[in-house]
Order: sequence, then structure tokens, then C-alpha cells
Amino acid sequence: MADGAPLTLPETVRDLFARFGENVFTLQTTADGMPTLWLPADRVAEVLRFLKNDIARPYKMLYDLTAIDERLRKHRAGQPPSDFTVVYQLLSIGRNTDIRLKVALLGEYPSLKTIVPIYANANWYEREVWDMFGIVFDGHPHLRRILLPPSWVGHPLRKEYNARATEFDPYQLDALRQDQEQEALRFQPEDWGMSRGTRDHDFMFLNLGPNHPSAHGAFRIVLQLDGEEVVDCVPDIGYHHRGAEKMGERQSWHTYIPYTDRIDYLGGVMNNLPYVMALEKLAGIKVPARVETIRVMLCEFFRITSHLLFYGTFAQDVGAMSPVFYMFVDRQKAYDVIEGITGFRMHPAWFRIGGLAHDLPIGWELKVREFLDWMPKRMDEYRRACLQNAILISRCRDVAAYDTAAALEWGVTGPGLRATGCDFDLRKARPYSGYDNFEFEVPVGAKGDVYERALMREEEIRQSLRIIEQCLNNMPSGPYKADHALTTPPPKERTLKDIETLITHFLGVSWGPVMPAGETSQMIEATKGLNSYYLTSDANTMSYRTRIRTPSFPHLQQIPSAIRGQMVPDLIAYIASIDFVMADVDR
Amino acid sequence: MFERIQELLSPVVLAAIWAACKAIIILLTLVVSAAWMIWLERRLLALWQDRYGPNRVGPFGLGQVIADMIKIFFKEDWMPPFVDKFTFVLAPFLAMMFMMLAFALIPITPNWGVFAPDLGMLLFFAIAGLAVYAVMLGGWSSNSKYSLLGGLRSTAQTISYEVFMGISLMGIVAQAGTFNLREIVLWQEQHIWFVIPQFFGFLVWCLAGIAVTHRTPFDLPEAESELAAGYHTEYSGMKFGMFFVGEYVGIVMVSGLTTALFFGGWDGPFSEHVPFLWFAIKCFIFMSGFILLRAALPRPRYDHMMSFAWKICLPLSLINLLATAGIMLWAGN
Repeated sequence: MADGAPLTLPETVRDLFARFGENVFTLQTTADGMPTLWLPADRVAEVLRFLKNDIARPYKMLYDLTAIDERLRKHRAGQPPSDFTVVYQLLSIGRNTDIRLKVALLGEYPSLKTIVPIYANANWYEREVWDMFGIVFDGHPHLRRILLPPSWVGHPLRKEYNARATEFDPYQLDALRQDQEQEALRFQPEDWGMSRGTRDHDFMFLNLGPNHPSAHGAFRIVLQLDGEEVVDCVPDIGYHHRGAEKMGERQSWHTYIPYTDRIDYLGGVMNNLPYVMALEKLAGIKVPARVETIRVMLCEFFRITSHLLFYGTFAQDVGAMSPVFYMFVDRQKAYDVIEGITGFRMHPAWFRIGGLAHDLPIGWELKVREFLDWMPKRMDEYRRACLQNAILISRCRDVAAYDTAAALEWGVTGPGLRATGCDFDLRKARPYSGYDNFEFEVPVGAKGDVYERALMREEEIRQSLRIIEQCLNNMPSGPYKADHALTTPPPKERTLKDIETLITHFLGVSWGPVMPAGETSQMIEATKGLNSYYLTSDANTMSYRTRIRTPSFPHLQQIPSAIRGQMVPDLIAYIASIDFVMADVDR
Repeated sequence: MFERIQELLSPVVLAAIWAACKAIIILLTLVVSAAWMIWLERRLLALWQDRYGPNRVGPFGLGQVIADMIKIFFKEDWMPPFVDKFTFVLAPFLAMMFMMLAFALIPITPNWGVFAPDLGMLLFFAIAGLAVYAVMLGGWSSNSKYSLLGGLRSTAQTISYEVFMGISLMGIVAQAGTFNLREIVLWQEQHIWFVIPQFFGFLVWCLAGIAVTHRTPFDLPEAESELAAGYHTEYSGMKFGMFFVGEYVGIVMVSGLTTALFFGGWDGPFSEHVPFLWFAIKCFIFMSGFILLRAALPRPRYDHMMSFAWKICLPLSLINLLATAGIMLWAGN
């Protein structure tokens, strides 16, 4: 393919070739430069085991597992024939690199061997792929629907599945169907290999959610209780699923931006960043320094608002009533700045492919300065009132602790990973959007318990303030849009001077830009962990496949392993310390 | 005829009627001040949390309580089909009744107070012990898992706190030489407020007192963020209202009792002229303290709570009692 093949092979690819021979793999070049290898289905387990266990500086984390329905894709030159492709993406902290492995599957409902015995967190990902594509994973312990209700018919991300409601018969929910749907959701412990009791006593099965004050959205978790001790639990997600990935396939590249805002709905424009940066890689757009700096500044603002909400609700979940009110006041002050700059508060959708919606308004410095003067002293107060409270500490210390190995096994990223002592912040490890120009520190914990996860975020707010201050003091001048034909909306200055520019502009605005064929991705350190968009373009105005890898999805999958044997109040504190929003889980 | 009425209105009968009137006045004042305390709590919390609180109905939002009461009276009295009906209805009655009953023991002023039996303090312990049945039965009869967990927690909590609540007050009994609350207040008027000689008893009593009312940080039975609303999850309408008001009656009662036991009741400068004023001021301070606690503290885990009760509070109250007894013996000799 045409998008810039790397000249030398990456180290991992050389290791793989040395171990398995070159003939096993087919190398694919992608716009993001990530080593992408096709391999036969029967070698997957072997290769993954090698990468996870036998290689130096191993790939301990299964970062993502997804699939692509390739049946309608036109531009696949150099790729093995495939109807459905399963994509594994692994991450190595030691090498600080990723690798993408692809398996070509033929047939309408193909099957593949599960990799749950190798990577524990493949469990939910494989369920999702089955749910969305109908690809069967042989040997999977619980291959059942995860995002859609158990009664659903069809697999929505298949190309023959319609996207629009108008293409379906009108939806009707009569009393009978309502009863059936409710009955389908009834929890049966036997389905999950749980016993209803021991010889002496019964367990209580408590349905926490999908509507519970501490579930932070429509999240359900069924607890197997012995007294108040959690023997085991089963998280149940999907109540917030809105088909964001499917919508990517029917929205133009440009009009999809507002959808990204609503994935991690507390992250605002920070969600736009991986999406537009991935597209910029594909289109070959280099954005001006001013754009990068403004993007960083707004992202850090949203990191602050998101972490403040975490801080307040976390305190509330451990029973402290007041902090959340103070933090909402401060959040409003941050939103005032965001609103002043972007014109919107929670979901500005303000980043554009190749730039921003508009330039910074006159006087923006004053508002930002005002916030920077206000916030630090409040943070000191909160630390005294909240994090140093003895009761709060006794609730959080050594609760739901896990070590780095467990975090990597379950795909935990962000503050949850750093609290275990693993110094991995993507802004430092792989600086993007000019983060290498800023001075800031990455807080790292040691015990990986609830308390340290809270502490990490508290310190990150301070570091974000530092970054914003540097943005304020060193804002570069220059354009707010890249000078490139695929910048959307494209620069308009010369449109009335020559007809070619006018035509290009007209098409770019009315159809939306046509992105060159290829695959691209971008990973960022979002508010809750690593967030990335993996986009497949088939040289069209719309994406062929939009994959959104969100941090909260694996974080929830980890819950049972970290909470077994602890108590219900611990679970509440733990859920609070994960800091998730259900839109970020279900998409 | 006239003579007969005169005969009926003998001084004894008149005194009895007057006592009954007093009791009713005290009861009404108690309920009204408990309801008014809902307003106070909401306003104070709002003040401490940078909010306004209810400020629309009447001056300073004082009418909010009336509006809420009207609303809750006219609300459908719905009962879930799966509950144990008799116990389900009984529980909120008990919640309110026991708290009011305990208030009857409190000496308000030299002349006001419903009932001052010689074993008043023991009676109070008995009532406080019974009060847990309201929560327990509410949690059990609701037939809901969250309510059940709330009920269990409250039982566990009570088992731990009843024990040293009694012992923490025995120092007072030893010093004053009586179980009669009115005489305890009189003793303080003549000697010294018990908060000074019985300081450790006071500390332990504060904890136990909060535990009796199920307020933060002892609100584990209803722990909103964990158990949704705990024992009263399934309640609505006036039955919920009785649990709710019962809680505030409990706060007023515990504040009144603390005033009587440790802060000299109506005692204060010019107390011969304005005894009730002093009683009210002291109560108000403790009531505000309850609200401040709620605004300030997180909720501990209930096993931490219980080990704190058994390992710290119980030994502390025992040592306090022993030290009091020792000093009295030494001083007596």
C-alpha cells in the first residue's frame, strides 16, 4: 500500500521472523507505522504465547481484540483473502511498542480458537466480537452476548446489518415481550458456574444496578454474598450501548467528530484527539504548533474536570457528603473557560481534521489565568478535608489492591496502572501532539490500592494545571488550521480566485473529505486510561470500520478478580476508584 | 351538679389534667422542632456546601417543612406486594414512638418535663434497646435484599453500642447517686456540670448517642451509596415520613439527654428566669453538631465500626467507671 512503508523491520518483527520463519507471516504497512502481521489461524496461540512469555521485554498486555468485516472492502492490496479479520493488538511496556496481529477467516460465520487461556482479558473482547460479528471462539468459557441483550437477533457490525432505524420494522414492546426481556435478564448462578450455597448456608445473590447510586451509570453487577463478603461477582454491561462504532460507518469523517465527544462523556474534546490525529496520519496532515498547543491545553482542562468529578463522587461513595459540591463548583469554573474558548461546555466537538473549529478568542488568557489562580489553593484544601481524613484512609487503604502484573494481565491503563508502580504515561512514553515540549511529572504509586488510585488522580490535576500554565505562557502564534486539501472544513481563502480550489472546497464541505485507503490508529492518555481509535478507510467519505478501544471496558472486566473475598463497602470504594463512565465501556 | 363538678376538680385531678396538658404541649413542641430541624439541616448543609438550600417557601424557606408535610400526607400509601404487611406497618410506628417515649424522660425546666421516674436512666436504656427493633423489623419485613442488609447492619451496630452506652453513663450515676434524670440535673446545678468530671464518659456517650439515631458516621443501616437506602428502601409516603421524622425526633431527644446529663440541663446564668432558653440553646448546639458531622465525615466500614466499639470505647468507658468509683472511695475515706 501507498502509505509509507518503514525502511527497516521493527525489532519485534525480526524476533518473530527469527523464531517462526518469515513464511508464516504477511507484513502489512499501515499509516500509523505499527507493525502489522497477518498469520494463519492455527499459529495464533503459539505466537501469542511466545510474545507474552518467551520474548525479552514481553508483550504482557492484550491491548485490544477486535474484528473487521472485510466482505465489502475494495482496497485490500497485499492482504491475504479474508471475509472476517480478527485483530489482536498487544502492548509491551518494556519495549514501549505495540504490535498488531491479524488473522484472516473465511466463511459467513467463521470460528477461531479462543485465547482466554493466554490473556485473561480476551474474555470480554471475544464476547464482544461474537456479539457484534458472529465470529465463534471455540473453547471460550462464556461465549454469550455482552453489549446487546441476550434476546437480540443478528450481529450489528456485520456489513449486511442495517444501521438506520428506518431500515427496520417499527420497534414494539408489548407486555409479553417486556416480560420475556426481563426474564432473559434474570441472573442464573449456574450459568456462571456459581453454587447457590454451601452445605450449611445459602449465598445471597444481590443485584447491584443497573440502577444504583454508586454504579456510576447503567452498570449492573451481580454479587454472590456470604453475609457482606463478596464471594464472587459478575459484572454485566451493555445498558449504555449506542452503537458508536456502527455509526462511524455511516457518518462522514467530519460529522463523526461529535459522536466521539460522547464516548467518554466526561472527556469532552479529549475524545476528538485520537480520532482526528489518526486521520491526520492517514491524510498526511502536519498540524501547526499552535493547534497542537491549544489541543493540549483543552485536553488538560478536560482531564481536570473529569478528575474533579471523580474526586467528588469518590468521596461521596465512601460516604462523605460535601466534597462533591465543592468540586462541582470548581468544575463549573473550568467549564466557564472551556465555554469561553469553544462555545460549549461538556461536548464541544471542537477539534477538526487538520486543526480546530476556530482560533482562540480575544482575552482567553484572562480566563485561563483566573482559573489557574483559583484552583491550586482549592486542591490543598481538598487534600486536607478529604484525602487526609482518617476514616477515608481506613476505607481505602489496602482495599482492592492489585499489582502491576495483574494490571497488565487485565489490560488496566491510566491511573489504575500507575498506582501499582508502573511508570507508564503515554504523554511521556510516546509524546503526541507536542507533549514532549512540556514539563510535568507522572505520579506513580506502589501498592495499587483504592487510596493510591485516588491519590494519582489528585496529583494529576496539579500536573495538568502546570501544563496549562505552560500553554498559557508559551502559546505559539500561527494558523489554527493546517494548509492541506483534506483539512476539514478546508481553508477557504483562495476559493474565489481559482475554480479548482473552489471545486475541491465544495466537495470537501458537501461530501466531506475522501480519506486515502489504509489503516490508521492513534493512542492517547485519556482521562481514564489509554484510549485509541483504529480506523480503516476504503477511500471513501466514510469510515469502513471504526474501532474505539476505551480504557473503562477492561477496567470493569477486572472487577471480580480484584474484589473477591472483600466486603460490599469495599466494592463500592473500588468501583468509585476505577473512575469509569458507562458510555466509555459500552460505546 | 355543681358540687359534683367541684368534687371532680379536686387539686389532684387538676394537677393531673395540667400534667397531661404539659405532656401534650411538650409532645407537640418536640414534633414541630423535629420537623423544623429538617429545614435547619438542609439550610445548614447548604451553607457549608456553598449552596442555597430550600429558600423559596415562606421567609428563609421555613414553609418548606409544611409543604413537604402536606405532600407526604397526601402521597399514595403504597405497599409493595411482597412485604410482610403487619410488621411492615408496625416498624415506622415503633421508630417514631420509641424516640418520643424516650423524650418523656428528659427534664426540660424545673417545672416542665413529662415524667421523672427514679429509674429514669434505666428506662431510657430499655427504650433505646427497643428502638433497634424498628429498623430491624423494617429491614426484615420489606423482604428486599438491600433492606435486609440494612437491618442486619443496624442489629450488629446496636449490639456493639448498647453495651458501652450504659457503662459510659454509670460514672454519672455513681457521682450523683441516682438514676433519676431530674435529680441528676439538680446535682449538677449544685455542684458541677458532668462534662468536666465525666469527660471520657461524655466522649463515649457522644458516639453511642449518634449510633442510637443512625446518623453519619453511624448511618450504615441506610448507607445511601451502598445499600440504596437500606432498611427503608421499600417505604414510601407517610410510613417513610415516620422513619424520617423519627430520626429527627431522635436527634432532638439525644441532644436533650446530652444537655441534661452532661451540661446541667436548664442550668446557666439567670436560669431561674429563663430555664427553657438555656435548655433550648444547649440542645440547638448539639443538634447543629449532628448536622456538622454529617457534612464533614465519610462513612466507616461497619466492621471497623464494631471493632472500634469493642476495642476502644468499651475499655475506655470501663476505665472511666473504675476511676470514678476509685476516686469516690478515696474521697469518701
